[in-house]
Amino acid sequence: MRRFREQVQNTEGGTDLIIRTSVRLMVPFIQLFGLYVIVHGHYSPGGGFQGGVLLGSAFILLALAYGVEYSKKYMSEFANFLTVNIGVFIFVGFGILCALVGGFFLDYGAMANVFPMPLPEWRYWGVFVVEVGVGMGVMGIMVSLYWDLASAGSRKEGL
Amino acid sequence: MIWQLDLIILALVVICALAAINVRDLLGASVIFGVYSFLMCLLWAEMGAVDVAFTEATVGAGVSTILFIAAIFRTTRRSKD
Repeated sequence: MRRFREQVQNTEGGTDLIIRTSVRLMVPFIQLFGLYVIVHGHYSPGGGFQGGVLLGSAFILLALAYGVEYSKKYMSEFANFLTVNIGVFIFVGFGILCALVGGFFLDYGAMANVFPMPLPEWRYWGVFVVEVGVGMGVMGIMVSLYWDLASAGSRKEGL
Repeated sequence: MIWQLDLIILALVVICALAAINVRDLLGASVIFGVYSFLMCLLWAEMGAVDVAFTEATVGAGVSTILFIAAIFRTTRRSKD
């Protein structure tokens, strides 16, 4: 608890002490919930898109309370660029891989031709891989949308 | 599905939609729009479409309200028409 208090008081920038403290308390739980939604997306409400938006909104909350510069310490612009591109690559690459091994685009059952696993299992894990890709892409796009809108394109200072 | 609850939420949705396009203050309009999104989310969850309700709660009530407010802070707050 003391370490937490020192961390909150020592970070410069941002606005009010109450806002900074509550944001620091809320962000890890929002991120955990986002990961839960992505991982359980294929058999319960939620999925890659909603989980990605939750993960992105945690970073938006951090940028809102501490400024854009501070949130870049946790995810730099290059990391954001990599996240978005790897997410899109996982989605499209897995779809095209399914088409290459003898099915249609995003036809996960066709992967059973090359890697021996039962057909229902492939359908189950294929959706999971695609949801992870969608989540990464959506998270990065949401964060960069907020960075660009809040700093009028310069990405230097926040609201 | 309880039709009385549906009717109440639907009436509130219509009131929020009318208020959001009639308010002169753009910041207030975007906040009312967030309330509208959340009521839509309640309506969808009550009707059994939990996945759509989840999307509406995260995107409509959460992120899009923040993006509207960020855009208003960079432009002007009063509407001209």
